[in-house]
Amino acid sequence: MTLKAQSAQTTETLTNQTDNLVQSSAQLSYTRAFMLVLKRDLTIAMRHKDDIINPLLFFVIVITLFPLGIGPEAQTLSRIAPGIIWVAALLATLLSLDRLFKSDHLDGSLEQMLLSPHPIFLLVLAKIFAHWLITGLPLILMAPLLAVLLHLDENSYGALVFTLLLGTPVLSLLGAVGVALTVGIKKGGVLLSLLVLPLYIPVLIFATSAIDTAALGLPYSGQLAIIAALFFGSLSLAPFAVGAALKVSTN
Amino acid sequence: MNTLLTHSPTPLISGEKLTCIREERLLFDELSLEINAGDIVQVEGPNGSGKTSLLRILSGLSQPYDGQVKYKSQTISRCREEFQQNLLYFGHLSGVKGEMTAEENLKFNLALHGNNTDDTLAYLAKVNLLGFEDSLASHLSAGQHRRIALARLYQSDAPIWILDEPFTAIDKQGVASLEQLFLQHVKRGGCVILTTHQDLISIKPEQVKKITLDYSS
Repeated sequence: MTLKAQSAQTTETLTNQTDNLVQSSAQLSYTRAFMLVLKRDLTIAMRHKDDIINPLLFFVIVITLFPLGIGPEAQTLSRIAPGIIWVAALLATLLSLDRLFKSDHLDGSLEQMLLSPHPIFLLVLAKIFAHWLITGLPLILMAPLLAVLLHLDENSYGALVFTLLLGTPVLSLLGAVGVALTVGIKKGGVLLSLLVLPLYIPVLIFATSAIDTAALGLPYSGQLAIIAALFFGSLSLAPFAVGAALKVSTN
Repeated sequence: MNTLLTHSPTPLISGEKLTCIREERLLFDELSLEINAGDIVQVEGPNGSGKTSLLRILSGLSQPYDGQVKYKSQTISRCREEFQQNLLYFGHLSGVKGEMTAEENLKFNLALHGNNTDDTLAYLAKVNLLGFEDSLASHLSAGQHRRIALARLYQSDAPIWILDEPFTAIDKQGVASLEQLFLQHVKRGGCVILTTHQDLISIKPEQVKKITLDYSS
């Protein structure tokens, strides 16, 4: 009996050991690498709150200044509200893009990421997702409140949130390609806007058009579908483009 | 973990006819080298002679103008993942984040390269940073930044170490313990490729192979 029990125990320890081995090799797993970089970027952002506050503050200031400049007539404001909110969101994202790879490039951690055994697109995707959580998500949460200031038509609130939800990730993804290309240049700010803004225009056009259509009480699923297509297109292609661009930039 | 490659006839890492051109200047031309397990290779040369460029080309960060780098007779672009699992590159920049603590930095660096992150405190102790593990790296000195990055060496099981000026901003005692670590590493069957302007103290000259770059134009 005792012998049997012992052998059972040894097999148990053996399986435990193999479990450990599997675990240690699983350290190269995709999800783990993704979460690792995501957690790191969020930690850094939390300790360096400027990154979160600056774009959001810019967004709020621009939108609150418009009623002061144009006048408080509800009709004019509600006419231009979709455009103002979206242009402000777009510029706020552009303002925040620089931080995406710049500091990592300056202190050498970007090199280390490129040399890690993980696929680059995965690490890049984690960084872009962190960027969206830091800049895109707060914008989406603030936008409906600011829309009240601009007398946005009440039918349009759903469209506003949906377009931002699908559109801001596109801004982060496409922006990342531009940042990756210009990260090696000392003063790449102007070049970055020139590269990235034309790519943002389709999102802007379809998003504002969706919000306008919603105000008329018409279905806006067509425009949403196009933004969704832009989202999935950039989600699947941008990380590879960013990876290649980073390799060129650090060469 | 400590069983690295045994001595094998194929070189661990080799460069074939590497040519590097920077800012329209030829730094080196048709440079071929073979580095075996157990080698300590010191790349020498005056400032601007292309030492860093050579190390970056060997690590795959930069592309040579001509020629190719091979890892165990396979071109490194063909076996990127395998090569990078077996490579530890330490550049001019330490890759340490000021917003994170010493321990968090080390943990991230280890996990990024697929290493075990259990005994980080022990490795920080080895580079004399015990007591600083919870300090933000931005509050630490330049030398301590380098030490955080170098702590990775104590845990790494990658056979190829490419170290660009590892002794910069490190005190004498630190240099001595790093040299001991290099000797242990080559004994385990790894190789160390490094640049430094200092003379190695405890590593004897006959143990070091030297590559001298002297560009003349």
